[in-house]
Amino acid sequence: MEILAQATGWLRAHPGIFLEAVGDHLLLSLVGLAIGVAVALPAGIAVAHRPRAAEAATALAGALRTIPSLAVLAALLPLLGVGFTPSVLALALLALPPVLVNTVVGIQGADPAALDAARGLGMTGWQRAVRVELPLAAPLIFAGLRVAAVQVVSAAALATFIGGGGLGDLVTQGLALLDTGRMLVGAIAIALLALGTEAGLGMLERHLAQRVRGT
Amino acid sequence: MIELRGLSKRWPGADRDSVAELTLEVPEGTSCALIGPSGSGKTTTLRMVNRLIEPSGGSIRIGGKDALRMDAVTLRRRIGYVIQDVGLFPHWSVAANVATVPRLLGWDTARIDRRVTEVLALVGLDPARFATRRPHQLSGGERQRVGVARALAGDPPVLLMDEPFGAVDPVVRGRLQEEVLRLLKQLRKTVLIVTHDVAEAVRLGDAVALMRDGRLVQHAPAAAMLARPADAFAAEFLGADRLLLRLSLFPVTALPTRDAPADGAPLPADATLRDALAALLAAGATALPLVGGGSVALADILAFAGKA
Repeated sequence: MEILAQATGWLRAHPGIFLEAVGDHLLLSLVGLAIGVAVALPAGIAVAHRPRAAEAATALAGALRTIPSLAVLAALLPLLGVGFTPSVLALALLALPPVLVNTVVGIQGADPAALDAARGLGMTGWQRAVRVELPLAAPLIFAGLRVAAVQVVSAAALATFIGGGGLGDLVTQGLALLDTGRMLVGAIAIALLALGTEAGLGMLERHLAQRVRGT
Repeated sequence: MIELRGLSKRWPGADRDSVAELTLEVPEGTSCALIGPSGSGKTTTLRMVNRLIEPSGGSIRIGGKDALRMDAVTLRRRIGYVIQDVGLFPHWSVAANVATVPRLLGWDTARIDRRVTEVLALVGLDPARFATRRPHQLSGGERQRVGVARALAGDPPVLLMDEPFGAVDPVVRGRLQEEVLRLLKQLRKTVLIVTHDVAEAVRLGDAVALMRDGRLVQHAPAAAMLARPADAFAAEFLGADRLLLRLSLFPVTALPTRDAPADGAPLPADATLRDALAALLAAGATALPLVGGGSVALADILAFAGKA
């Protein structure tokens, strides 16, 4: 209880620092996620119909996924230095695997009868992809996006180690200054942000699945 | 009119043709059922007509035009296509599904709406009730109807059907077959239909084309094929009950009318010879009365079957 009081005390004393950290954290996460999706989605679409390429991409994504987030950040440090840019790129790398894999699986799993009908009724390849294939794959792609978003929001807490800012700063500073309140506010905010992302996107995902599959 | 001349398909790396030198004509406004065991090339043949599979050789003419010289996408929009798994688009309403080809053809909204209402009614679905529904809210039979409506929406002169009623239960299938048959006759479509079910083939096809190993074994009007299979394979494929099946193609009115009265429950005028035979067997009688007067005699049915 006393610890919680310290946290609320710190928060009341430093609302500006807190809000700035939250803002930085969200910016890091959103930009990282956006870059990751912007790469993974087209890549997934491009390889989904080429079995060999799809297998290679999936294997690569699997390997990327096993590397710990901190290791990715550390590995980028000598290449890109410190600050916002390397942090965002590291987060983008983390967002890549779930979106890529789910895009491939979603497209490959689209109802073959619907695709055959689309072609047989005279849709061009482009029309079939945009009107039928991607909408059918959308729930799975969105699930990949949700997983990526939660990972990125959590991992953004580590950006502090390479000077990327965000809520991780509150934790490291709190640890260094033995300021338990500051540290706790950072930790709780990170956890709540991750949980909120999961819950919010999860709800959207169910809504989307219902629209597409009707179940 | 669909004309296939010397149509062949050999897949890369295969040591024989999946379809070999197939020549087949489906006259305007008639239907032809392609039958044969699995791997006989019937579906490959069907899918070559709308160029979902590109032929290795031969020619295809549809309504006199060389289908292989046309743009494949343009060609497909002029050919109705119905498949066993229907393949409705689950994220679209029934109306949007039916509107697929009209939209691809760039019709205006008012014309599309009118057409959707029209074809839904044609296939026996009340537009007011079904237009806004989604595919998952339909029964298997209703889904098949929507599939047929979608194929008819662009008013194509030619229709391709691949096992169109394979996924529904026998009771629904029988009713669907009957309604679709009536519809196709009424609309005078030229239809190529693939099925492995002999009864369905002779019911829906004016003519039947029997295939084996990519080759045409026999092509004849349904009743003629049942009466005179070309060879032992054809006889075996059509089944031991083929003459019974043949009787189901003719109404009792095909027999000479007999004025002599008979006892028993009268047969409806639209009964087939097979229905009549079944009723005679069930009653243990040699003759039964007809609803409109007169009677049907067992001897006449036997003579009719024997004449084949």
